[in-house]
Amino acid sequence: MSLPNQADEGITFDTFMEGVWRQNPVFVMVLGMCPTLAVTVSAVNGLSMGVATLFVLVSSCLLVSLIRHLVPKEVRIATYIVIIATFVTLVDYLIQAASLALYEALGAFIQLIVVNCIILGRAEAHASKNPPLKAVVNALGMGVGFAIGLFALGATREILGAGKLFGITLFGDNFQPWVVMVLPPGGFFVLGGWLLLFALLRSRKEGKVQA
Amino acid sequence: MNESLSQIFIGTLLTNNFVLAMFLGLCPFLGVSSRLGTAVPMGVATTFVMLVASVCAYALNLLLNYFQLEFLRLISYIVVIASSVQLVEMVMKKYSPALFRALGIFLPLITTNCAVLAVALFQTAREYSLSQSLVFALGGGAGFTLALVLMASLRERLQLSNVPTLVQGTALSLILAGLLSLTFMGFAGLGAGE
Repeated sequence: MSLPNQADEGITFDTFMEGVWRQNPVFVMVLGMCPTLAVTVSAVNGLSMGVATLFVLVSSCLLVSLIRHLVPKEVRIATYIVIIATFVTLVDYLIQAASLALYEALGAFIQLIVVNCIILGRAEAHASKNPPLKAVVNALGMGVGFAIGLFALGATREILGAGKLFGITLFGDNFQPWVVMVLPPGGFFVLGGWLLLFALLRSRKEGKVQA
Repeated sequence: MNESLSQIFIGTLLTNNFVLAMFLGLCPFLGVSSRLGTAVPMGVATTFVMLVASVCAYALNLLLNYFQLEFLRLISYIVVIASSVQLVEMVMKKYSPALFRALGIFLPLITTNCAVLAVALFQTAREYSLSQSLVFALGGGAGFTLALVLMASLRERLQLSNVPTLVQGTALSLILAGLLSLTFMGFAGLGAGE
């Protein structure tokens, strides 16, 4: 989780894009795996989990950044955790109020956003060292990157495992759903597959640079 | 909930293994599982934290219900877990400095191990009694240790074999975990009967 300290730079497009692409939390850093794999059985679940995490990430990074000069170094982690837990409780009740079906589908994993390493990692590595606006932009990028990752996983698993996307049947009657993909092992396989794809892309790119 | 204690234990150890079936505690699962020597103590430390957290969460829940402060549940649980991890860390530093260094950053990270918080949250959601909660925590911890040990043994063997560079690293670990998870699905239904 030790990322370079970028306190001296201004806000650039890269502050945002860092999380979306170069340091994508799902595909590059492989952080926050628990919610990533557990809820991504469908594209909708993946996306809503991504958005919920995005909200918690942005609001806690804003608050952490605002109070960064007030918190003594010794108790900072505990403070961050309490801040994050507060926002997660908020999200938990919001989702419960907005859609009970979604709340039941995501289950305890909404509350488990608290222990998502991405949020604590961002608060510690970036928000605690940067002014509010920059911290928010960076958190927004990370959150969007995370949501994209979850959506990609959820969509892949839904298409392969149920032959559907957003509940709409994609293939004809002849399609035999690949049930293992929506079961726990499928989560590992699909993420492993995506990581392989990214490793392949990277090795191609490096090969080109050398040639 | 009227599950018997053995049902809960078998259920959390094998059928609903925290790591392989419920995707909890994956960060240490992928992070510390490269050597068998660190996997076992990590598992034991996590199990201990789970037990402490389980008892505290049970007591806290009674208190919060009494004062009707359920919305503070999550916040108070996480504070309790963070403090018990601190405790384990101090004990380990005093009695086994070598182990303390070997576990390194992953020791404080037990705080953000979802499996620990999940024990506290699930036992509340399922309205387990104190003894049921304890067995649940024990089973969860044992299941976590089991998965960690299996994974570490596999990865130690892998270091001796010739793997294409492209697949090395996390991708390979994930596919291994997938295979392990597939194996554990064979336990489905075990412990669910009468």
